[in-house]
Amino acid sequence: MSGSLYVYWLIFALMMIGLYIVISHGNLVKKLIGLNIFQVSVFLLYISFGKVRDGSAPIVKEGIDTYSHPLPHVLILTAIVVGVATTALGLALVVRIFEAYGSLEEDLLHERDAASGVDGPS
Amino acid sequence: MTAELPALQVVIPLLCAPLCLLFRSRTAAWLMFLLAALASLGCAVLMAGQVAGGDMLRYEMGGWEPPVGIEYVIAGFNVPLLLLVSTIAVVVAVYGRRSLESEISSSRIPLLYACLCLNLTGLLGIVSTGDVFNAFVFLEIASLSSYALIAMGKGRRALLAAFQYLVIGTVGAVFILIGVGLTYAVTGSLNMADLAARLPDAYGNRALTAGAVFVFVGFAVKMAVFPLHGWLPDAYAEAPSAVSTFLAATGTKVAIYAFMRFAFTVFGAALVFERLPLDRIGLSLASLAMLVGAAAACFQTDLKYLLAWSSVAHVGYIVAGYSLATVDGVQASYLHLINHAVIKGSLFAAAGILMLRLGSVRLEALSGLGRTMPWTFGAIAVAGLGLVGVPLTAGFVSKWALATALIDEGQGLVLAAMLVSSLLAVVYTGRIIEIGWFREPSGSTAAAGTTPVSMGVATWALVLASLYFGVDPRLPASLADAAASALLGPGGG
Amino acid sequence: MGELSSEWAAAENAVALLIPVALPLLAGGVVLLLRHHPRARESASVLVGVALGAVVLSLWPMVDEEVRLDLWTWLPGISLSLALEPLGLLFASVAAVLWPLTTVFSVGYMRSTRQENLTRFYFLFALAIAAAMWVALSANLVTLFIGYEVLTFATWPLVSHQGDPAGRRGGRTYLVLLLVTSMGLLLPAIVWTGLLAGTTEFQAGGLLADRAGPGVLAVLFALYLFGIGKAALMPFHGWLPAAMVAPTPVSALLHAVAVVKAGVFVVLKVSLYVFGLETLAVGDATTVMRWVAAATLLVAGVLALRSDNLKRRLAYSTVSQLAYVVLGATLANDVAFAGGALHMVTHAVGKITLFFCAGAIFVACRKSRVSELDGLGRAMPWTFAAFTVAALSIVGLPPGGGMWSKWLLLLGATEADQAALVAVLLAGSLLSLGYLMPIVARAFFRPLPAGPVHGEAPLSVVVPPVVTAAACLGLFVGAEFVIAPVINVVDAP
Repeated sequence: MSGSLYVYWLIFALMMIGLYIVISHGNLVKKLIGLNIFQVSVFLLYISFGKVRDGSAPIVKEGIDTYSHPLPHVLILTAIVVGVATTALGLALVVRIFEAYGSLEEDLLHERDAASGVDGPS
Repeated sequence: MTAELPALQVVIPLLCAPLCLLFRSRTAAWLMFLLAALASLGCAVLMAGQVAGGDMLRYEMGGWEPPVGIEYVIAGFNVPLLLLVSTIAVVVAVYGRRSLESEISSSRIPLLYACLCLNLTGLLGIVSTGDVFNAFVFLEIASLSSYALIAMGKGRRALLAAFQYLVIGTVGAVFILIGVGLTYAVTGSLNMADLAARLPDAYGNRALTAGAVFVFVGFAVKMAVFPLHGWLPDAYAEAPSAVSTFLAATGTKVAIYAFMRFAFTVFGAALVFERLPLDRIGLSLASLAMLVGAAAACFQTDLKYLLAWSSVAHVGYIVAGYSLATVDGVQASYLHLINHAVIKGSLFAAAGILMLRLGSVRLEALSGLGRTMPWTFGAIAVAGLGLVGVPLTAGFVSKWALATALIDEGQGLVLAAMLVSSLLAVVYTGRIIEIGWFREPSGSTAAAGTTPVSMGVATWALVLASLYFGVDPRLPASLADAAASALLGPGGG
Repeated sequence: MGELSSEWAAAENAVALLIPVALPLLAGGVVLLLRHHPRARESASVLVGVALGAVVLSLWPMVDEEVRLDLWTWLPGISLSLALEPLGLLFASVAAVLWPLTTVFSVGYMRSTRQENLTRFYFLFALAIAAAMWVALSANLVTLFIGYEVLTFATWPLVSHQGDPAGRRGGRTYLVLLLVTSMGLLLPAIVWTGLLAGTTEFQAGGLLADRAGPGVLAVLFALYLFGIGKAALMPFHGWLPAAMVAPTPVSALLHAVAVVKAGVFVVLKVSLYVFGLETLAVGDATTVMRWVAAATLLVAGVLALRSDNLKRRLAYSTVSQLAYVVLGATLANDVAFAGGALHMVTHAVGKITLFFCAGAIFVACRKSRVSELDGLGRAMPWTFAAFTVAALSIVGLPPGGGMWSKWLLLLGATEADQAALVAVLLAGSLLSLGYLMPIVARAFFRPLPAGPVHGEAPLSVVVPPVVTAAACLGLFVGAEFVIAPVINVVDAP
């Protein structure tokens, strides 16, 4: 039945790509991008659960009997909002980090921390 | 009115958050936070009284009936945490006023209080809710606000610490989301009680197993269990002092509670501890946490980093307790959860006083502290003895309970790890006491001004509480007892 | 005195048991209050000490009445209780009577050697005595453990009193070794005992009698004896010589009055009331520990021979003499046990005399090495007379009281058919002859080196050793009287 499960393979691939970006890239913005991709894969996972065979979008309309399950969509709206908030906060931090350190590369950031002594400038 | 208490408890801090910002005044913002904390403490106490006899309070949000609607469940297993979180919030409110004024620029203070209100909301929400997705939402509210709170610390390292925490914390939260999703896919329900009823039939399902694992790994990140503890030292050490105090006493504790709630009353001990080897994994990781955390603390040169690593070790104690999956073990976990929160809160509060008066919390700056600031040093010494587990402190009571539970289950190696960790605690606490007592105050430790009364009182209130609970542990012990029976007993969930 | 005291301390007034603990604490408080009035402070200390001695001695008439005071229930199933029994009262009497003498001695010593921080010194002294009283009067293992740990923490700053790096290092060794043994070995032993027997109360005939197999008993016995680090069994004896960096009054306190006597007292108490002499006699539980004690006895004796520093020699002598008491406990028969208990008393009185003399020598002429003591017997006749009497007592020759304790131990070893141990005991006596008598010989029979002649040390430094030397003589005459109550308990299973 792997034919109808291709969705899950895609989701899994996206998940791993996202995680890989987070782990492997040193640039803070790229980490956030990876995080976003990772989160998007989870959104897709939920929505794919909700799909009912031959169901249409969960919007009440005349003449349609079968709808996809609306609850996952609702859950994902919440999760998308959470994701947006996280990204916004992350980017705000990135801006501040750039102002303070002058770089967004993790290695350089750690170097500069070590160089300025164990205490950061107060 | 009393029927609405479970909801009020979360709603009041939530409403206070924007109010903190609206008034644009530091005092008004502080007052709003204090009010929110006092209100939630009041609600918690009232609800504690109501569930004291083993009852359970259920509240349907918006009048929608579970399992379709979201419900809040207050019972023996979350009352200790409600009381703990709200009490710590009150103490931090009293403590934080002067501390934050000295560490944060004045234009940001209302923002910080707003974030504290949101954090309080999130924590109380995780504790009160009876719906798994709702738990995720509140977890994210709490986490996001804590990222912002940590970022407001002095120095640019706070920003990096907050970012690191954001990345790893979000990965953890998304894992929880995945797990919840898989569980939903298998059962079609998001209500904890409903899941507990439906899941036993689905135990062989691999999606369910995967979902459970995802959920637990996600919570493990939030709890900072070894080896997912990397974010904790930087986050706790670089945050503003009042924030460190609050987070150290509540953040990981609520995550631990959530783990226990999911393990015992959602997925069920039969799945988690018998089919999945989470008991053995839990005990092994707990032992490693105890040893690594305490060992790392011995090498630190900064007091707050030392305390943060010590927290990693103590999370290990709590995890060891519930990984035994016995009533005694869970009881020991709850006991140490409460006791450690009080002790660690007081230590970070004392560190905040040092930051205010000395401008630094590096260990070398503490030379001769016994002479220049005897009250603060006394607080650190007494609370430090609590970390070691000296009799007559709260730390001893919970260590005794844990040792009894471990010996009863024949877990000799974990017991040995716990004892070695306590001995390492002697080393790092002894270092602090030695530096403060036996060394001469150096020029750089000239303490400026006097300790504000509010900060001293708040710190000593927590220290005295830890001493009191060491001598008369009836209150934490009865709370832990009720919690353990509610979690593991027949009516769990 | 008998009638009057048994009236005010009738069995109904079990509260009387709190007085020996409360009095020293009161003294400590008074010392803190009088910190700016040295003479008043020290007089108060001595006065309360004398009062304590009187109170404790007045408890003897009630010793067979099973007086018990339950303080409160601390943890479920564990209560903090005090009870009066002969062995405990013996230890308490020794500590209470010797405390005021030590205080008088310290007054003279500290003044002559211009020590600082005396308020802290006298306060911690008082706290240590309170803890010793607590240990002596404990009714169960948990209560005892609390007092035991408080004693460690109260005496740690006393060891590092000088505040210099050597003092800190000695203090560190002291604290670490004692805590490693107590938390790593003794605490698990106590928890295990509690789980095996359901309680940790001391019971005549042994708590664990018939409750555990021989293997378990053997392991538990070893855990206890090694865990009681204050009894300085090798290899955990290192703290004793390390603690010699402390001022001599502290050494006198540690090595005769509080710490080491607490250690061997707990060994005796555990052997009698937790295991029971019959249980110990039957199995193999004591075989290994018997040889550990024997080895400690001999090795420490040899190390004493090789030490030139007087205090160091006395320290190793203490390690060796403590092993006598432990040996008495491991021989597991009535005679040997009584010998061990008597040795606790005779060694305390004898060793404190020796330390007082060492202090007097230091005060008078700043000499601290055995090789420097030539001819001093003529310059300081009283001091060295006391030294000689005490040395005879320690070696076990008449007219020293120690002869009776060694005699009883030899009898006990013979009764247990342990010819090898008889040889060990005799060898130990020869060793003590070898490390103590040459000092006497040098002092009296060698000429004084050229140089200024100085006389005795001040009165307050010379009178205490003379008094305690007289007590050694008194014990020679009255040993039977001292040990009778203990024999009653030992004989009645």
